[in-house]
Formats: sequence, structure tokens, C-alpha cells
Amino acid sequence: MTFQVNGEEHRVAASPTHTLLEVLREELDLTGTKHGCELGHCGACTVLLDGAPVLSCLLLAVEAQDAAITTVEGLAHDNTLHPLQLAFAERGAAQCGYCTPGFLISGAALLERNPSPSRDEIKAALAGNLCRCTGYTKIIEAMELAAERMREAERVSAGA
Amino acid sequence: MRVIGTSIPKIDSYTKVTGAARYADDLKLPRMAFGRILRSPHPHAIVKRVDTSRARAHPGVLDVITGTDLPHRYGIMPTTQDETAFAIDRVRYVGEPVAAVCAVDEETAEEALDLIEVDYEPLPAIGSIEEALAHPENRIHDDTKRGNIMKEVHLNFGDLDEGFAEADLVREDTYFFEGTTHAPMEEHACVADAAADGKVTLWTSTQTPHYVHREVAKVLGIRLSRLRVIVPPVGGGFGGKCEPFAHDFAACLFALRHGRPVKFTLSREEVFYCHRGRHPVKMILKTGVKSDGAITAVHLQTFLDGGGYASYGLATVYYTGALLTVTYNIPRYKFDGMRLYTNKPPCGPKRGHGSTQPRYAFECQLDKIAEQLGLDPAAYRKQLAIAPYSTTVNGLRVTTCGLKECVDRVVEASGWDERHGQMPPGRGLGIAISSYVTGAGKAIYWNDMPHSGVIVKIDRGGGVAVLCGSADIGQGSDTMLATVVAEELGIDVLDIRVYAGDTDLTPVDLGSYSSRVTFMAGNAARRAALALRAQLFEAAGALLDAPADQLAAADGCIFVANDPARSITFVEAAQKAEAEHGTLSAVGSYAPPKLGGEFKGAGVGISPAYSYTAAVAEVTVDPETHDLKVDRLWVAHDCGRALNPTLVAGQIEGSAYMGFGEAVLEEQVFRKGLHKIPSLLEYKLPTIYDTPEIVAMHVETHDPEGPYGAKEAGEGPLNPVIPAIANAVYAASGARVDSTPITPDKIQRALKERQRGASPPRQAPSKEVVATR
Ligand code: FES
Ligand code: FES
Repeated sequence: MTFQVNGEEHRVAASPTHTLLEVLREELDLTGTKHGCELGHCGACTVLLDGAPVLSCLLLAVEAQDAAITTVEGLAHDNTLHPLQLAFAERGAAQCGYCTPGFLISGAALLERNPSPSRDEIKAALAGNLCRCTGYTKIIEAMELAAERMREAERVSAGA
Repeated sequence: MRVIGTSIPKIDSYTKVTGAARYADDLKLPRMAFGRILRSPHPHAIVKRVDTSRARAHPGVLDVITGTDLPHRYGIMPTTQDETAFAIDRVRYVGEPVAAVCAVDEETAEEALDLIEVDYEPLPAIGSIEEALAHPENRIHDDTKRGNIMKEVHLNFGDLDEGFAEADLVREDTYFFEGTTHAPMEEHACVADAAADGKVTLWTSTQTPHYVHREVAKVLGIRLSRLRVIVPPVGGGFGGKCEPFAHDFAACLFALRHGRPVKFTLSREEVFYCHRGRHPVKMILKTGVKSDGAITAVHLQTFLDGGGYASYGLATVYYTGALLTVTYNIPRYKFDGMRLYTNKPPCGPKRGHGSTQPRYAFECQLDKIAEQLGLDPAAYRKQLAIAPYSTTVNGLRVTTCGLKECVDRVVEASGWDERHGQMPPGRGLGIAISSYVTGAGKAIYWNDMPHSGVIVKIDRGGGVAVLCGSADIGQGSDTMLATVVAEELGIDVLDIRVYAGDTDLTPVDLGSYSSRVTFMAGNAARRAALALRAQLFEAAGALLDAPADQLAAADGCIFVANDPARSITFVEAAQKAEAEHGTLSAVGSYAPPKLGGEFKGAGVGISPAYSYTAAVAEVTVDPETHDLKVDRLWVAHDCGRALNPTLVAGQIEGSAYMGFGEAVLEEQVFRKGLHKIPSLLEYKLPTIYDTPEIVAMHVETHDPEGPYGAKEAGEGPLNPVIPAIANAVYAASGARVDSTPITPDKIQRALKERQRGASPPRQAPSKEVVATR
């Protein structure tokens, strides 16, 4: 099978029964994508498929063959963090960090389509991701900080 | 202070936001094999026969082990060693490990589980505290002294009869706190590897590498020196990863037998069976007060539903009594506790260990007392608050105490004075307070060695390594260590690398439990750093021609404090010091002072410092449907000095969230011994939608023994949230719900009872049961 992951093409020989999560973690060694249930309940395994968040534990790898897949490893560019990653670090939104890749992917997808999300829109976008450490407070703060910085950067680059 | 008290990002943030952090299940080694565990489908049964021959013959299977392969008993508490790695002749809960398979891949191992034949002879199962007491003949463990009683505790401080006789009002209420589980987002996982020389390395997701080291070596029958335990980043613990588990033992044994790495990763369902979570506790609480509200006596009886094994239960049962006295002036106190074996996954420590349940009961009862006496619940709590630097009736030494300030903060922030009792029907505010240990005063196994050790070494290039046996489970202990050392050596946190949780390389730290790490490892790190700083200052003093005691360190320089222009770099000082003293390293260690009374049981509850918390909850209860919504939580916490305010706020918020979940949603419940809801969908972890807005506030006191004045923040803030919500539900609806979780149907039932004028149903064991004591 052939996959486009984070802009790179990968060929793997995997069993057709394997999920995208398994192929990412076990065949491609992209262990940034986590699992908390493998039943679609926790959101730790969220990745982007053509820009839309999906639960990689529920998707057979074969179904993802033609799509552009983005995992947490693909959020930073050339070791420059995505503003949301930076905001998570600064605001303490990653405690144990295990849910973090899933939140970052869901959150980045929201900011991509909605640069000024309201609190409710943030909650709606992150409702499928469970976090056991933070009480979500710092995650929401980090989302708002990143959104603000991204808008500011947009303004600056539009003005330039 | 340059670094202490500032909110630097956690030093592991960058690996965590990029997906680079490698948790136990992310580890991959050449030739790695995979293990799976067969678990009991029965809550209680004799294991008559285990036949592994078909599983062994399955292609790709390397090995199968059963209970007899690892027969040594173990248990986290030295006096309650009642478990074996795998069941030998009896299973005591659904999910108990019976056998393990090692195979070339996970699927093959899973297939082979189906090929193991086990003959069980089911035994009558005990499902509750009442059944455990009513059926002593159905013994779960043969060596208990009496029926299914695992441990009984009776402590008496002062003349209770006199206290109740003096009282103007005596209330006796019964409460039930339902069991809950930790549900860390990371399922337990481990990898073990062994070389032909018999040395084993175990990477495991644990909060307590030192205890795992001891127990795993014991069960394997190898010397401690041949086992190395390494803690990768841990994806949450909350108390659930404080002991070794079957997968740890099995991975090591398979690795030793086959000379190759072996990985186990549990499924979410298995995590529910590992459990070691919050004990269900029934409480009978009798309190006497004078007409002005002053407490004259308290009698607390607790009954703990322990599950199939002891785990930390010996400590838990003591904890249900020990900390009730740390918040208010209680002149006379009697505590009777009892932990029972039942046929359910073993309970153990969960955030707030054993203190959460009685705190809920006490704060709910105090709300009733305040109402009966016509006192404002917030002012009343301040009136009762224990004074700083006092000793409780059960001999606990209290140092700093910011309890009154905590109450003031939540009262002010929530608008309590204007709003309490003035809100429209269906809405209400409730308040509660609590206290928690900053580290247990005794190790799990009593000894005279330090509770925490740190090594700091300086490279001649100026890089600093900090080595400590602590386990960062997300709370930020690695960052705390780096912060302390950066402060003392006057260097950038980025010049420091922390190596933690490696039993070969790092000195012992007892682990991330009982909110001990900042206080204990922080003190040890500070001592090590100060020892090194003395060497650096001596060397720098020679170069700067100034006495060492007039130097200071900051911004990567060492300089004359009152003449900062006379300065050399940290690297220059380090090289000069290395030339003088040889390789630069220093150790620091910390052990708590000797504390507590002389009675049996005095070792539980003692702590070098106590944190204090107050919480106000605002709730809405729909008058028709009784749907309950927690709108907002204000939590003010006395953590001593906040070494990193953002991380402290994160601990308060996370604790408040977890308390909220336990108050209204979560329950670990069983039907005929089967876990009703072993999945993240049905075990209702609060989502981002459910979770109320949480306003976290710190009240800073300066603890004389904590590093820079710090106390704990990781557990204490959970405790008052649950009774604050319960009390708010009463204010909003008039329903007193004396059991958790507080659900719409219970609110409705309580209101019906109230209309009928009946007293609420008793939740505690029947009179006969109580009389048997
Ligand atoms: S692992 Fe996919 S939703 Fe939990
Ligand atoms: S940070 Fe630990 S689960 Fe979210």
C-alpha cells in the first residue's frame, strides 16, 4: 500500500485488516499518534485526512491510501513549531502529553478553517478528544492564544 | 529569585507537542516479541486446571506462563503480601491475570489466548461491603483473621462520651462514596529486555520505579542489582500506576527466558481491571457541636470495599481516618475503619488517597450543621479552622495553613456573600474545604534512608545533568528539578538536562505518590545544587579576589553581589572548580523529620506539611427533570510557594476536573462481579463540554521546610470540589444527596423523601453489622 503522510510517500506491506493507527505507529514508526482505547472513544489517535480530523483507530489503512495524511509529526515545519504547538507548551496545556497529539490535530484543523473560533466552537471541535490531566482549561487557553497569534501573523503578512 | 516563581514551560513540552516523546508503547527494539494476558472471566473461582499445550503449539508462540511459573507472593505493603503475578489456584475478580502468552506479534499472542484451557470451579462471589460482612464463611482469602475483613483500625483520641454530652447538637449521618477509577489516557505498557548474563531492563509506565524495582526482583527471584527499571514519559497515573502489575513480571520473565525484548500493552478494558482506584466507602459520621458551632467530638466509622487484594489498602483504611483532623479544631476524635475483601478488581490509591471520601462526608454534614445552627457555611468554616503551627488531636503537626485565606478567596471570587441563599430557584452555591499531605512521612517499607536523592553534575562545558529517581507523570517533576538547580546555579534551564526514573543511574526517589515530589526531591535537588555552588563560589572567589560568601550566581555568571561588574562566567568558574576539586558533582538527599504520635497507625497521615484548599461550586438543577449542571468552580489552594504558577494552576484545574467527574458522572460499578462499563464511552469521563469553567487561585504561604516555601498542589485541590458540588445541589434544589455520584434520579428521590418527611435511606451497613464490631 502507498500512503502520503506529512508530505512524504511511503510504501508498506501491511495486512488489509490493519487500521491506519497501526500502520502509522508500527509500520511507519510515527508513534506521535497515540491510542487510549482503539474503539473510537478517546480521540488520542486523531489524524488529518485531506485536512479533516479522523480517528485513525477506526479507519482501515486501505481506506486512507489515496488521501493526504497529517500526523502530529507533520505539524511543525523544519523544526519550527506550529503556533498551536508553541501555545500548548507555553500554557502548560500538555501535562502528561498523551492526549496532546490528538488535541493538536483537532485544534489545528479548527484554526485552519476558522481563524476566530468562539469558546463554543473550540469546545465543539475538541469534544471528541479526552484529556484526563488538564481539566481542559489550559487547552482552551492555548487554542485562544494560538488563534490570536495566527490572526496577528496573518495581518502582518497581509500588510507587508 | 530568577526562575523560581516564574512560569517557564515544562522542559518536556517540546517533545510532547511534537509527538517525539516516547512513551512505553512507543518503544521498539530489534527482535521484539509481544505478550498478551489471559484474564479470569469469573469473580471468584477455584482454578482446577490450566492447560497451555495447545497455545504453546500455535505457530509463532514462543512461550506461555501461568501462576506456578512466578509463585512468589508480593504486595506493595510489606505486611499484606497477598498477590501472585498470575493466579495460582484461585481467582478473586473478573480480569485477574491467569496466564500470559509471548509470541512473535500481538495478533498471534491474542489468538493463543483462546487456546489456553482453564477449568474453573465457580465459588460464591462477594459483591459489596454488606455481603462481605454478612458472609464470613465465603472467605476470599484463607488467612484473614475474621471473615473477609482485611484490616480493622480503631483509634481513640480523648473522651468521646464527654464530648457528645457537652454538645448542644449531635448529628449522625451516613454517606456512601462510590468507587471510581483513574483512567489515565495512556494504557499501561512495558518493554523488558534481558541479556545472556541475566541482567534485565524494564521500561514501564509507572509512578513508582523504586517500588517496582523491589517487587519485580523479588517475584523473579533475582538480585535487585540485576534489574534496572526505567520510566519513560508516563501518560498519566493519578495513583493507578503505583505498583507492579502482571505484565511487568511477565515481560521480565519472558525476556530472561528467551533473551529478547518483550512488550506488553494493555487494552483499555484491561486498564479497568488493573484498577487500584478509589475505594467505595460507607461512612457513619457522628459530630457534636456547641450552639455556637464549636466541635466537641467526632466519631467516624468507615467501611472500605477493597476488592480482591490488599494493594495499598492498609494505608487507605488509615487514611480514611487520619486527615479529617487537619482542617478544623476537633478536640476529641474516634475513628473505626474496616477494609473488606470483595470479588472485584483491587482498589488502591487515587488522587486524594483515602481522604477524599471522608472529606466529602464531613463537609456535607457540616453544611447541615451550619443550616441547623443558622450559620453561614463559609464563615463557619473559617470559625472552625485550625490555627497554623498547631498539633491535631491525633498528633499531626501542622505548620503553615492558609485555610482562612483560601475561604476568603473563593468567597470573594464567587460573590458568595451577595449570592449565597439569594439565587433564583434551581440555582445555588456550595462551599467546602480540605487539606492534604505534602508527602507521606514514612516510606511504604519503613527504613531510615532518604526518601529522595538527587545527583547534580557539571560538565566542563557548562552543561548540567540532574539525576533523580522521580517519575514525571505529567505533573512536571522534571521541570521542578531543573528549576531548582537553575535557580541555585544561576543558569538557564536549557543548560540543564534531567535524567529521572532510572534505578541504575538515578538515586532513589520513592515515586510520584502522596504529593511528595516537589517537597522531597525539590529539597534534595536544592541541597545538591548548593553543595556544588559552594565549590563554584570558592573557585570564583579566588579568580575574582572576593570572599565566597559575597558572591551570587545568575544569568550564567558568578559575580560579586554588591559589585556585579566583577564577574566571571559559569563555565569559567566550573573549569576552575574542576581543576581544584576534580570532577564536579554533588548529591543531596531528603528525609522528613520524625513526626507523629506513638500509637499503632501513627505512621499514616504524618507529613512535613499540609496543603489547604477551599472550593465554591455553582450549579443549576432543573426543577422538572432534576438535570444537574455544574456551571463553575472556584478553587483556592494554599500550595505554599508556587514554584511555577502555571503548573500549579494546571494541577488545581486538573484536580478540580477530576473531582467534578467523581461528583456527578463517574462510577466503577459491577453487576454479578462483572464490570458494568469497562470502556471510555460508558465510564463517563468528563469531556470538554461537560467540564465546568474552573477558576484556579493560589494562596501562597511560606512553608519553613518546603523548597523555597513550597507545598503540594497535585492532589489536595480535588477533595473539596465534590462536597462543594453536593452542597450547591442542596442550595439549588433542596435535595441532600448523601451518596456519589450525584445524579438526577438521586436528586429526585431525595426530594420525594423530603416531601414525605422521611429521612433519607440509610447507606451504611445495617445495625447488626455495626454491632458485630
Ligand atoms: S484510540 Fe482511537 S479514539 Fe481512542
Ligand atoms: S495531558 Fe494528560 S491526558 Fe491530556
